[in-house]
Amino acid sequence: MTETLAIKALCLSFGGQKVLDDVSLSVQPGERLALLGHNGAGKSTLFKTVLGFLRPCSGTVAVAGHAPGSDPAREAVNYLPEVVSFQRNLSGREVLSYFSGLRGTPKAEVSDLLARVGLLEAADRAVGAYSKGMRQRLGLAQALIGTPRLLLLDEPTSGLDPVSRHEFYEVIADAAARGSAVLLSSHGLEEVQDKTDRIAILARGRLTAEGTLAELAHKAGLPTTIRISARPGAADALHGEFGGRRINGCRLDLDCAQGAKVDLLARLGRHQDKLRDIDIAPPGLTDIYRHFSRTGPTEDQT
Amino acid sequence: MSTRIGTVFGQELRQARRNLWVILATAVLGLFALALALFGAGQGSGLKVDVLTLTAVSLATLSVYLIPLIALLMSYDSISGEVERGSLALTFATPVRRWEVFVGKFLAQTVAVCVAILIAFGTVGCVIALLSETGQDGIFTWLRLMLTAGGLGAIFVGIGLMVSALTCRTARAAAAAVGVWLLLVVLYDVALLGAIMAAGEGIFATHVFPWLVIANPADAFRLYNLAMIDAAPVAGIDGLAQTLPFPPVAALAALGIWLVATIAIGSARTRRIVP
Repeated sequence: MTETLAIKALCLSFGGQKVLDDVSLSVQPGERLALLGHNGAGKSTLFKTVLGFLRPCSGTVAVAGHAPGSDPAREAVNYLPEVVSFQRNLSGREVLSYFSGLRGTPKAEVSDLLARVGLLEAADRAVGAYSKGMRQRLGLAQALIGTPRLLLLDEPTSGLDPVSRHEFYEVIADAAARGSAVLLSSHGLEEVQDKTDRIAILARGRLTAEGTLAELAHKAGLPTTIRISARPGAADALHGEFGGRRINGCRLDLDCAQGAKVDLLARLGRHQDKLRDIDIAPPGLTDIYRHFSRTGPTEDQT
Repeated sequence: MSTRIGTVFGQELRQARRNLWVILATAVLGLFALALALFGAGQGSGLKVDVLTLTAVSLATLSVYLIPLIALLMSYDSISGEVERGSLALTFATPVRRWEVFVGKFLAQTVAVCVAILIAFGTVGCVIALLSETGQDGIFTWLRLMLTAGGLGAIFVGIGLMVSALTCRTARAAAAAVGVWLLLVVLYDVALLGAIMAAGEGIFATHVFPWLVIANPADAFRLYNLAMIDAAPVAGIDGLAQTLPFPPVAALAALGIWLVATIAIGSARTRRIVP
């Protein structure tokens, strides 16, 4: 197969507790896959398994066809952890030269990488004087050393402002365009919407959904909510006719499956004299995410 | 392989320099050596021993306290700190071997300690040699002191890194480093003195005790230096220096064993770290 990363039926336990349970996913060259999940869903553990730091109980992981932690696998994969702080008294250029030396790539690449993440001007300043966004970009530059075949980015944009975040995803898109397979984790669908090609949702160590955003929305089959504001005194009559949930004296929410929307609206039209306003709220990204991450007994652990 | 060790080495040495460790260590060692030299110059005329030899004797005793402390302070946070900051995960994700990271760090910090010793003791030695009458023996004694002091520094850098790799947490590594220093440099001698007092003359004093002394790297270093000086005025445990049941070079062998053991244990432990 041509997959850069292939994970099959991966299980991993810590002290008798399953942290990853039957996880299978794959990433092709040039593809960006977002791995979503709450804190503690197993995202970082999955990354550490791909890096070869943790040994799976069962299942297989192949990085460019090689076992995690083997030489060819480590050459193929570059990593940006969730939390990293480089030595404060080294300059950005020195940090990159160090990792470039460990990977045995030409030093000439360092300036190019600093330019790609917009740090060329700050390259010779101490990392201690960098802002959070600059440090994160330095981490990304580090992850781009040697044109990796697989990029593992663990919550790369947490704590970044929207502008920095946008620039960050541009650099990632650029890396994917050069042929890197990208696996990045995040907390929310809003963040990765239009920024990644596919989405996988991890909840309590299990993969609960995988596909494009449109596929996920379809699969979730969440109802569209129609919000009705009734004219004074007419709310009871509408509630009797259509059911739904009363919000207050004059408002009513109706849940409606995708296919039944037009029909319901037509029926509502016949009661025009009782209606003041209608709002249609299709299921949002947050709703889809919560639908897939709410499996098992625990709810809303954020 | 060598370029990866070289990369770790270069980065680590740069940090030792930026953190002012080398300058600080040089200043502390230099000042103490100078103070002891002045003290020795005051005594020298009465004892018919040249000042350089006399200073070497007192400096050998003082180095046992200072050099392990400097080496441990330089190394204890080196691995645990990187685990906590997350930068070790990045390093381990590259094709570098775990032992290469350990050895690279060890070499860099050893060089940092040795440079400090070389500058501090070298300068003071030259000053004494120029200002007082010094024979060949005195110069050899001084060079031997500098060389073995470097070895002592290397061992304690190795111990510090090993502790750092074993604990993986800065706070615990700091506590362990302090504990190691107290145990090997202070408490071990007190315990041995107590034991020899209790045992008196006998098999223990002649056959067990000397080996127990060189089993400790700090004592082995001091014993070797004192045993090589005929005219050394010594007291306490160091009185053993003149009645050794084995050649002084056995103390050097003990130092060598410590060096190999700490690097081996530290490297093996580094392989098992989950960053």
